[in-house]
Amino acid sequence: MLAHSLFFYTFSFIAIFSAIMVTASKNTVHSVFFLILDFISVSCLFIMIGAEFLGMIMLIVYVGAVAVLFLFVVMMLNVAQQKKQWFSSTENSKHIPLGVLISVIIFFELIIVIGGWKFKPEVASSISLAFNNINVSNTHSIGNVLYTDYIHLFQLSGMILLVAMIGAIVLTFRRRSGLKRQSYFSQISRERSDSVKLIEVESNKGVNIDD
Amino acid sequence: MFEYLNIIFLESYKVLFMLLPVLTAVALMVWLDRRVWAFVQKRRGPNVVGPFGLFQSLADALKYLFKEIIIPASSNKIIFILAPIVTMTLALVAWAVIPFNESLVIADINVGILYLFAVSSLGVYGIIMGGWASNSKYPFLGSIRSAAQMVSYEVSIGVIIINVLLCVGSLNLTDIVLAQENLWFIIPLFPMFVIFFISALAETNRPPFDLPEAEAELVAGYQTEYSGMMYAMFWLGEYANILLMCSLGSILFLGGWLPPIESFPFNFIPDFMWLILKILFLFILFSLVKAIVPRYRYDQLMKLGWKIFLPMSLIWVVITASYLFYFDLLPSN
Repeated sequence: MLAHSLFFYTFSFIAIFSAIMVTASKNTVHSVFFLILDFISVSCLFIMIGAEFLGMIMLIVYVGAVAVLFLFVVMMLNVAQQKKQWFSSTENSKHIPLGVLISVIIFFELIIVIGGWKFKPEVASSISLAFNNINVSNTHSIGNVLYTDYIHLFQLSGMILLVAMIGAIVLTFRRRSGLKRQSYFSQISRERSDSVKLIEVESNKGVNIDD
Repeated sequence: MFEYLNIIFLESYKVLFMLLPVLTAVALMVWLDRRVWAFVQKRRGPNVVGPFGLFQSLADALKYLFKEIIIPASSNKIIFILAPIVTMTLALVAWAVIPFNESLVIADINVGILYLFAVSSLGVYGIIMGGWASNSKYPFLGSIRSAAQMVSYEVSIGVIIINVLLCVGSLNLTDIVLAQENLWFIIPLFPMFVIFFISALAETNRPPFDLPEAEAELVAGYQTEYSGMMYAMFWLGEYANILLMCSLGSILFLGGWLPPIESFPFNFIPDFMWLILKILFLFILFSLVKAIVPRYRYDQLMKLGWKIFLPMSLIWVVITASYLFYFDLLPSN
């Protein structure tokens, strides 16, 4: 167990340290990199408790896709301008009570959930019932639960994501005039007869090529 | 306590014997790439250092080692130094799960294919970090291009992997190879193999999709400000990634270490050699493509990824799943 706890404390220390650094570092790009470090160490913790599927999906989805988009947006901001003024100006400190309120709410929600497990252990065990089968890897058991008992919720969340995606495309989609678009079809279906013309040129007259 | 030390020593020993061949192979692959490229264009290629120029990469590495590393004054120094390290580490760390035969693998984990996919999707960070930390226009443009490109082509690679997984029923790479004992997946899933190959070209920033480092417009893309050993590390990481994609392709579609026919002249060759031969075959295809095909335009690249490859591979998932379900061939374990 020694090595196990050593790894656990290393990863959790990195996770907490980088979570603090996300808010504390003054450079926003650095914050995103600390966020990525946080994701990675949390997924390492997932793998350590045996949830390797969840850990890998976390790496692929959050680190491989979501954080890349975060990084994109943050890199486009003018970092140098905002570097100094965030905590020092009084105008921005108005947001601090709101932030404290949200974190208190999240904290109490966590207490309710984990306290529920503490006082009614059967709640926790009914959730983990499907995952207790040792013969099946946890990828299989997640699939078994997700596509049978929770299929409607799973489909619903997929639909919500699809609607959000279509909404984002509709909001940003605009047809600009005067834009030359490539049409593969018209390019390929072009033939010699409508693009090349043989002209007998009379001497000292030349050809008008504009038409 | 000694038990742990013992395990650590044993694992380091295994890792060392994995990394040395991989790094040597990367050096030789750089030479092979340049050689194939030169032969297609009727040139000689590097042929001076050692027999057939085999030690050219070694000489290059030595040259890079003794060159000065220049860190631009206005760059973000920590991230600038971290970027090539991240690229190189991620390219090498993925080799832990590649099975060279049924027992010759460092970590035979349950979710091997997901691990490979995750590590290759992390590879984009080295490039973004390098491009941003250089604090210069061309590297930044290059890194933005490469991030968009790698994220788009990863999606279709993921869907192609789902196709293979439907036929296997396991995320373990050894199981994926063993499922191909009777029929390599390249035969039933040939269109997917073609799409995988092209997406792998885009994922590793190889020509014709080498827009992140398009030298005609961006100098060298995200590598512009790098010099000496840091540049060499980007380079090594890139080629290690290409080799990784080749081995992923041969494991998913070409039957990994399995010989084409289980009979005398074929199974006389040791099985890990078959995997190496398949990787070599795919790599030579990679370098032939580099020599033959001109560079894509950026909008064409995006169109190919999102509007052609993604729908095609999604439709193929439906076809594969329906076929397996209708003929009751779904693997059940």
